[in-house]
Amino acid sequence: MNFFLEIKESFAIALRAITANKLRSVLAALGIIIGITAVTIMQTAIEGINRAFNKSIEAVGADVLYVQKFEWFGKEDWNVYKNRKDITLANFNFIQRNIQSSSAMCPSVGSQRSLKYGDLDLENVFVIGSTDEYQATIGVNMSEGRFMTRRESDGGYPVVMIGADIKKAFFENVNPIGKIIKIGNYSFRVIGVVEKQGSLLGMSFDNRVIIPIDLFFKLFGTKRSLSINIKAADMHNLDETKEEVASLMRKTRKIPYGGRDDFGINQQEAFKSTYESLTGLIKVIGTMITMLALIVGSIGIANIMFVTVKERTKEIGIRKAIGAKRRTILMQFLIESVTICLLGGVIGLLISLPISLIINAFVLPTAIPLWIVALAIFISAFFGVLSGFFPAFQASKMDPVDALRYE
Amino acid sequence: METVIDLKDITKTYVMGMEDLTVLKGVSLTINRNEYVAIMGPSGSGKSTLMNIIGCLDTPTSGEYILSGQNVSDMDDQELAEVRNKEIGFVFQTFNLLARIDALHNVELPLVYSGMNKSDRIEKAENALINVGLEDRMTHKPNELSGGQRQRVAIARALVNNPAIILADEPTGNLDTKTGEEIMILFETLHAKGNTIILVTHEEDIAKHAHRIIKIRDGEIESDMPNANKIKKTEVTA
Ligand SMILES: Nc1ncnc2c1ncn2[C@@H]1O[C@H](COP(=O)(O)OP(=O)(O)O)[C@@H](O)[C@H]1O
Ligand SMILES: [Mg+2]
Repeated sequence: MNFFLEIKESFAIALRAITANKLRSVLAALGIIIGITAVTIMQTAIEGINRAFNKSIEAVGADVLYVQKFEWFGKEDWNVYKNRKDITLANFNFIQRNIQSSSAMCPSVGSQRSLKYGDLDLENVFVIGSTDEYQATIGVNMSEGRFMTRRESDGGYPVVMIGADIKKAFFENVNPIGKIIKIGNYSFRVIGVVEKQGSLLGMSFDNRVIIPIDLFFKLFGTKRSLSINIKAADMHNLDETKEEVASLMRKTRKIPYGGRDDFGINQQEAFKSTYESLTGLIKVIGTMITMLALIVGSIGIANIMFVTVKERTKEIGIRKAIGAKRRTILMQFLIESVTICLLGGVIGLLISLPISLIINAFVLPTAIPLWIVALAIFISAFFGVLSGFFPAFQASKMDPVDALRYE
Repeated sequence: METVIDLKDITKTYVMGMEDLTVLKGVSLTINRNEYVAIMGPSGSGKSTLMNIIGCLDTPTSGEYILSGQNVSDMDDQELAEVRNKEIGFVFQTFNLLARIDALHNVELPLVYSGMNKSDRIEKAENALINVGLEDRMTHKPNELSGGQRQRVAIARALVNNPAIILADEPTGNLDTKTGEEIMILFETLHAKGNTIILVTHEEDIAKHAHRIIKIRDGEIESDMPNANKIKKTEVTA
């Protein structure tokens, strides 16, 4: 009997058996339904968060090094970082004069201030002081207006580029360009709006404004540590740029040979690895829960299949008496259990897709790529084979005479 | 005469705890093509056991069994399944139809297992049902049929693959006398068409339809004789 015919027949038999026992089949598949629902929701959530993360991490720039007192997600005690010498403009100037492997760089400082426009107030806005080179270094795009010019930057003109959150809060239906806003007590003219960048690990890139760094120092004080932002000339040689920056920093800060760095060179990578260890943990826990549900489900299905085989002993005897081979019987019950699991998988998908859409609307971004559906189907089929094998094997081994005599 | 079944010194022993139960104690027997044989004997004498061995559902403990020229005694499960499918047509006392599928699909099943394509299968199954007089019951499920009709479906299923022998173990055991008689007439028709039939029964009335009667007792052949009445009758009609 050829293989395809065998599968087709087995499938028809399975469907008849399942429809004859609808409730039992659904109950049997419950564990699989829960498992597939769990795995699908988890995966769609992780996929969605990944996409959001990858989009917002672009704001940090893959080819930009940030030389700072602190290390992102650093492992040392906070005091160690705090007691380091500040990163100064002198450091910046030294690097700028000597560096070979960079295409753009800028210093930046930041501070939380409140903003005002007319009657509207906005607390805790991150005010960045930097130069016109900031745009080329970090790679920001303007959705409206323009970035500051060299002249505005060097001359310390009171101009400001605002983030998307500020535009939304102050200028919902108004053209912001040319409007005067207040940072602290000082007035600035809005010359541009930075394109929406999203948020990263709870910190928004859009709740920001950028002003000329000289003016920043004048208004908010000079006693601050800088961030020196350096764009690598070649993305693929980021590590070389990093080494060059490190040696220049050691030189300008006069660190003796063998002494420890008193600065951190940060990059996007740090976010990535932290993020990955975080989602990795979520994945491990989620996978464990899913596996538990699937294993319990699998035991349930195996159990039901053993009962089914027992109940249908006579049928097995009849089929053998008229020429069914062991393999044929094995296939029949295996396909039955795979069909139950696939049904469970499809039900699980049907349950989880709307849930994932609801989560998307209210909690987290989710995404449902096709591979998740394929994975769910594959897992169902796999557990179908796993849980059906022993019952099916038992059925295939039955002695026809004994089976026929079974009442 | 072409030999279909050749049993040589067949024994069957069941191991029952400490003691062995020998159910067949050296049965030797040959049956030729187009014979109509009844195997008779009291309950527990080993008729069904013998029948199961002849039908390749069971294997003997010792002895040799040649079916249509093939030595069946040393075949494996796979080969035996094939022999049951192609060479044997079984008719049981309790009909043994599959409850969930209709008459046509029950009859079709042996052809599914021999790998025949769908349209041929349906055609052959329909013909087999027509041959047993059930042309208007093809889409009925077993529970929508009378006992006699169920047994006809079972007979159609036994016939559908053109087997070398038809084995019927107490085929009228679950039927009333009149219906049983109708089934026996059907067997006679099949025999007349050239089929080889072996029938197990403990009823004289049923056995009298056969042309040869083998009596067994306690796992041994007690007598093996032509059915004098029957032979005479056929000679008269011939
Ligand atoms: N699987 C078995 N295990 C043990 N004893 C069996 C088994 N099958 C049949 N027997 C015994 O073999 C004997 C013959 O049985 P059977 O061939 O069914 O007799 P009959 O069909 O002539 O009534 C009986 O005594 C029965 O109890
Ligand atoms: Mg019997």
